[in-house]
Amino acid sequence: MFLALVSGNPWLESLARLAIIAVLVPVTVIILTWVERKVIGRLQMRLGPMRVGPYGTLQGVADTIKLLTKEDVRPQTADRWVFELAPFVIVVPVFMAVVAIPFTADLFIQNLTLGVFYFVAVSGLSIVGFVMAGWGSDNKYALLGGVRAAAQLISYEIPLVMAIVAVAMLSQSLNLAVIVGAQEDTPNIAFQSLAFLIFAIAGLAELYRQPFDIPVAESEVVGGPFVEYSGIRWSMFQLGEFVNLVLISILGSLIFLGGWQWPWSVFDESVPVVAQIAMMAVKTAAFILFFMWMRASLPRLRIDQMMSFCWQLLLPFALLQIIINGLVLVYDWPNEILIPLSGAGAAGAVYLTYRAARATGVRYQPGYQTVGSVL
Amino acid sequence: MAIETRPPHESDLETIDINVNVGPQHPATHGVFRMVLTIDGELVVDVDPVIGYMHRGNEKLPENCDYRQVIGYHDRTDYLAQFNTEHCYVEAVERLAGIKPPERAEYIRVVLAEMNRIASHLMFFGAFGTDIGLFGTSFMYAFRDRETIQDFFEEITGERMMYNYFRPGGVAWDLPDNFRQRCSQVLDSVERGVEQLDGLMMENEVVLARCRGLSPVTVEDGINWGLSGPMLRATGLKHDIRRAEPYSIYDRFQFDIPTGKQGDVYDRLVVRLEEMHQSAWIVRQALETMPEGPIMAEGLKRVLRVPAGEVYMRVESPRGEYGVYLVSQGSDKPWRHKVRGASFSNLSALRAMSVGNFVSDVIIILGSIDIVLCEVDR
Repeated sequence: MFLALVSGNPWLESLARLAIIAVLVPVTVIILTWVERKVIGRLQMRLGPMRVGPYGTLQGVADTIKLLTKEDVRPQTADRWVFELAPFVIVVPVFMAVVAIPFTADLFIQNLTLGVFYFVAVSGLSIVGFVMAGWGSDNKYALLGGVRAAAQLISYEIPLVMAIVAVAMLSQSLNLAVIVGAQEDTPNIAFQSLAFLIFAIAGLAELYRQPFDIPVAESEVVGGPFVEYSGIRWSMFQLGEFVNLVLISILGSLIFLGGWQWPWSVFDESVPVVAQIAMMAVKTAAFILFFMWMRASLPRLRIDQMMSFCWQLLLPFALLQIIINGLVLVYDWPNEILIPLSGAGAAGAVYLTYRAARATGVRYQPGYQTVGSVL
Repeated sequence: MAIETRPPHESDLETIDINVNVGPQHPATHGVFRMVLTIDGELVVDVDPVIGYMHRGNEKLPENCDYRQVIGYHDRTDYLAQFNTEHCYVEAVERLAGIKPPERAEYIRVVLAEMNRIASHLMFFGAFGTDIGLFGTSFMYAFRDRETIQDFFEEITGERMMYNYFRPGGVAWDLPDNFRQRCSQVLDSVERGVEQLDGLMMENEVVLARCRGLSPVTVEDGINWGLSGPMLRATGLKHDIRRAEPYSIYDRFQFDIPTGKQGDVYDRLVVRLEEMHQSAWIVRQALETMPEGPIMAEGLKRVLRVPAGEVYMRVESPRGEYGVYLVSQGSDKPWRHKVRGASFSNLSALRAMSVGNFVSDVIIILGSIDIVLCEVDR
């Protein structure tokens, strides 16, 4: 729409597109923080924020102002540049990833042919920021948290990417718009329920949400890498986290739920832009609410459980989904056969998790034991 | 601080253990407890509990107080089980002074102490949920019911926390008229809430995976370490002072002593959950048979002088054996006043239970001991 005003001049146009991100994304985050507090509050029989504005709607704004005006404290022993640059290293890749996301068939910043690939590559960069924050803070909690974050992010990136690859195999494209277009009749969640399950779980881990909030565990490492940050730098971590939440949710609704497509062909020919945006919003909100719901109802896993869950369960099942898809593609079987196959895989994964949780695990015993006081 | 270097295992990298101070200001230490963890990566090599931040002279101060003034100090010793601790103290004084409290007062004490046990275990479940990483959900659910009980106590005693309601020889004043009806109302709503907590925590896959088999304690170890209460019962030993050495009128009530199988963290949860139901059962029995009558023993002087002698009185508090040792020399003040805190003895097993586990496990092991720092440091 208003991009038409600046079209023609590539510099102006790209500036305008970037301005949209820079304005829209923080506003979304401010709204989302309020939504999260409200939703979790209701799940916990609380009202959530109620004081600032009607039903506390302005709470996000008030928090933002508070965070912006707070003192930016840096520990004296911290590694100055590593400490101060870490929030940027986390936030910038997240914003870069927004560039590749199409919101409707025609509304996007830049439609990339390798959109999925770009998204995965860029969003993986933020690991560096967490390790930098953990290392640079000169704090043992932060160090523990940073190392945990590195281990967790690197592990869960793999099943996440594999789940995405499974979908890309089915639509034979890495272009997000094409992937959505291929789901005109049936969304991918029907054919790829196993991949969807893996995506949702790995997404939880990528976002440090319960049960995978191990790097930022409040009761163990007191916020992990963020423990020494305050004011604007801390809010940048928060910003990165929430933008990531939106991004994973949008990605999930694009590649699994059919993006802006309406089900049952409600619109005969072309879907109006407003309806497309509404559909996207509904599907994204479903994902976001799922993540919030998990946060309010699940405790935290231990780090070794988190790792073995990833490497022993998610990864083999992600490979299984890829193998199934490969067989279907090679032998030209009808796509419908994927529905029972993938569904059986998903049921198997759920069953194994259920059984593993109920089996009394053999605990790791160290080979040495120090006796005596450390003081 | 000693930093030890270890022989390299499985790789050529030389690693050092680091010491991490957890506490005294840390969300998971339930007060001002501090533990120095020596960690090798995520693995805890050594735990050194440091206590004493909360020391207020709670044993010495009462030696300068009148026998009735001491009751308030027992509220503040275990601030989650005030009625149980008060019960212990007033019963100790009564045994020493040879006072026989009237029936009604005994019933009131048992009802309130058992309600308080429920409230304390609710607090445990709330705090344990936060330790294990539930984002406040169990906390809010447990506190809803704890609030109900606290409101109920407030109606009776006028206080929400430091009740100061039991007296040597009886209780301070009589119950409100609608007590019976209100009490069963509160019990019903609390038991519904306990069912919800049960559903939220006990069958949760993550809780199962985290707590099953974590830091199992054998019966022998439990006894040797001086564990008591739910910690000891979780190991499988059927030991409850209300049964083993019945005080007050506990021999009149029917109740079970829930025990665990292997003394792991999960068993401790199960035992505490079941104890809430048992306490509710005791309260219901007591409500049915509660007699009318006086609430204070006859013929007590304004200043209570206790004949010379000594007494050790112990009760089953929600955390275990809470004991009071009193020596009187015939004056109006105790000459020696010693408290045995259940949390203190239970906490002494922390190191043995924690070494070799992960950092996050040590947090929930500490949570499962259910310490009250005021009782540890006194």
